[in-house]
Amino acid sequence: MARNSLGREVPELFHGRRYEPYRDPWSHQPQADRGTRPLVRRNPRESKVLGSLREAIEKAGLTSGMTISTHHHLRNGDVLLNRLVEELDAMGLRDMTIASSSVHPVHAAIIPAIRKGVVTRCETGVNGLIGELVSRGELDFPVIVRSHGGRARSIIGEDVTIDAAFIAAPCCDETGNLNGVSGPSACGSLGYAYTDARYARKVIAVTDHLVPYPAAPVSISQSDVDWVVTLDSLGDPQKIVSTTTRITRDPAGLLIARYATQVIEASGLLRDGFSFQTGSGGISLAVADNVRRRMKELGVKGSFGCGGITGYFVDMLEEGCFETLFDVQCFDIRAVQSIGRNPRHREISADLYANPFNRGTVVDRLDCVILGATEVDVDFNVNVNTESTGYLQHNTGGHCDTAAGAKLAIVVAPSMRGRLPIVRDRVTTVTTPGETIGVVVTERGIAVSDRHPDLKAELLRRRLPVKDIRQLHEEICAITGQPRPIEFTDDVVGLIEYRDGTIIDAIRRVRE
Amino acid sequence: MSDRDRLRRTLLYVPGNMPGMLQNIPVFEADGVMIDLEDAVPLAEKDAARTLTASFLRTVRDRQREIFVRINALDTKYAEADLREVLPALPDGIRLPKADHPEVVERLDTRLTETEERLGLPIGTFTIIPSIESAVGILNVVETAAASRRIVALAFGAEDYTASMEIQRSKTGEELFNARSRVVWAAKAAGVQAIDSIFSDAGDMDGLRQETELVKRLGFTGKSLVNPRQIDVVHEVFRPKQQEIDEALEVMEAIARAREMGTGVISLRGRMVDAPVVKRAARTLKTAVAFGMIAYELTDEVIHGKE
Repeated sequence: MARNSLGREVPELFHGRRYEPYRDPWSHQPQADRGTRPLVRRNPRESKVLGSLREAIEKAGLTSGMTISTHHHLRNGDVLLNRLVEELDAMGLRDMTIASSSVHPVHAAIIPAIRKGVVTRCETGVNGLIGELVSRGELDFPVIVRSHGGRARSIIGEDVTIDAAFIAAPCCDETGNLNGVSGPSACGSLGYAYTDARYARKVIAVTDHLVPYPAAPVSISQSDVDWVVTLDSLGDPQKIVSTTTRITRDPAGLLIARYATQVIEASGLLRDGFSFQTGSGGISLAVADNVRRRMKELGVKGSFGCGGITGYFVDMLEEGCFETLFDVQCFDIRAVQSIGRNPRHREISADLYANPFNRGTVVDRLDCVILGATEVDVDFNVNVNTESTGYLQHNTGGHCDTAAGAKLAIVVAPSMRGRLPIVRDRVTTVTTPGETIGVVVTERGIAVSDRHPDLKAELLRRRLPVKDIRQLHEEICAITGQPRPIEFTDDVVGLIEYRDGTIIDAIRRVRE
Repeated sequence: MSDRDRLRRTLLYVPGNMPGMLQNIPVFEADGVMIDLEDAVPLAEKDAARTLTASFLRTVRDRQREIFVRINALDTKYAEADLREVLPALPDGIRLPKADHPEVVERLDTRLTETEERLGLPIGTFTIIPSIESAVGILNVVETAAASRRIVALAFGAEDYTASMEIQRSKTGEELFNARSRVVWAAKAAGVQAIDSIFSDAGDMDGLRQETELVKRLGFTGKSLVNPRQIDVVHEVFRPKQQEIDEALEVMEAIARAREMGTGVISLRGRMVDAPVVKRAARTLKTAVAFGMIAYELTDEVIHGKE
């Protein structure tokens, strides 16, 4: 065990691999080259189309102990990962690693296969029941939680080698040109799958919508794809994209959004060239809506919006608030429609989006990002991974990537959820280090990091309710009381990797 | 600044029986809050609401805004218990429903004086906002407004008023025009503020804006609200224009010069500046300060000159 710079006890050796403890957001620099793929010769008229997933698994040469991946653009509607694990089990493969871009609640279907030893290691964060069971010690399934940028880095830098990437392709031709913009499982951007397509040893496109050559537009090209497999369906379209993402109607949430908007204005960043990212939560969308209104009132022409894209950002693009959208994932149906028709709505890879070890990412060009939080502590550290139960429930997404890249990272969160305070002495798990968070906005006040003294002074001048984060913490706890801390055992069941590959925190088994 | 002159653009109703909503009182930026023990609280919860409201007032000392309690009408069996439990917890004032006659206000005034004497508080600690919400109330509003020095504002209640008139309330509000005008006259004549009725459709921000613009033109100084989401729209309507602020600042400068010269009247670009003009300018500046639009220290001496 080592103690990292945030005072967290983290293992240096975990299930046979060595890890470095987190030091700071900026200095870690591994000495390594980008990964490679074997050369492959394809002669004219050789067919890539295979009859089944099983055939693809055989062709890819998968044997026990190897690593597979899928992407999570189909989110909770995805059936591919479940079908794959079922097939691996039927073929008698064991001790496999899943290195998908995320695991969703729908993938709880693989729990029996985890118990059986078919899959025994998880090189990705998880959402839902699997995380809970891991936290309770009921599943022996070590989890490495990574951010979007961190995942791209781990694959490109060969910390994780994917033996076969199975890319769900909403629209695909027989050579493997594929995109996400049409077909029954259309999900828009395929940003998370790009890295797999470039660096996995073998790449299999799996589609439920095979079209005549050439499939266009080409997101991932035939030059990267080894084989093509068709399935009846890639998933449940209802669960792939939300038909709508909505602004919160909660008055407290709207107040938080208004404060956040005023913080952005006070920061001086809301001027021509403004670049911006929000999530798809109700408060974040309310901020986006306010910012859009202010940009129009002030006549500000922004430069780009990025991240997971919603209909609100599409409106901003079409109304001239942004020149470009950089889209790593479409959150709703309007984003999917837009990326298919508007050339200024650009699909980007998770690598370009956020990998700290490429030669320049989009997040580094962000002026401002709006982030959510499950907990924030008095050092501005943020937790989005574990819930109040102590269970690992959520993946990191782009949280720590955008916080590190943006000039100003604003966390918006209600001061309490249920009866629990959101501002804590110490977060249960550190997802994103406080060093990269500028402001925490709750309905009970705005806390500004000491790294932004000018912003703090300006907010005070504008008579906004600025409070020291400890004062905010005390005020909230005066109402909620101090919750009894969750008790953990010493068993480490998962790691939270920072985007640079160092270990920022560990997930321990909850003492029940 | 005296109680009478405080800004009361937005008075937000919060049900007295809902702890989740009470805890958010310090959060929203309404100028004032009215904790409701009357219509929002079902009969079975009157007791609980009183206890909760008193306990809230005792616990949350740093309220950051005026807090009124809307008690049940004085002729109900609940009113006495409301006052007995809530007053010792020191609300800023009482919103008195069904103030149909001046005698109703006088009775409350007497009851408040008794409590103040018993608790050793200065007489006049508790203020009153009578609700004018029936045909009778409208007819008597001039006398009602003058019935107590505790009155800081008159509130118009359009829902009960239209019920008493046996008419429907419309969004455009033609049917309320006479009643509203009379409430404003009475308020201005008595030197108190006038608070307009609630706008019950919390989803219709355009309708709320139109109604608020209308009542502002009539002379109302604020509005009762049913939902915190309405606060911003009403504040926006009452937000002074930059030109109004600039003019008000000029007026204050001019009157200061006049006083140095030993007079209370001066000409500003051909317009006469005297006490009423100064008073209106002071009101504009006070509102602008509340919006954070300017920093300006407004004292009685600035407004009225040295004694």
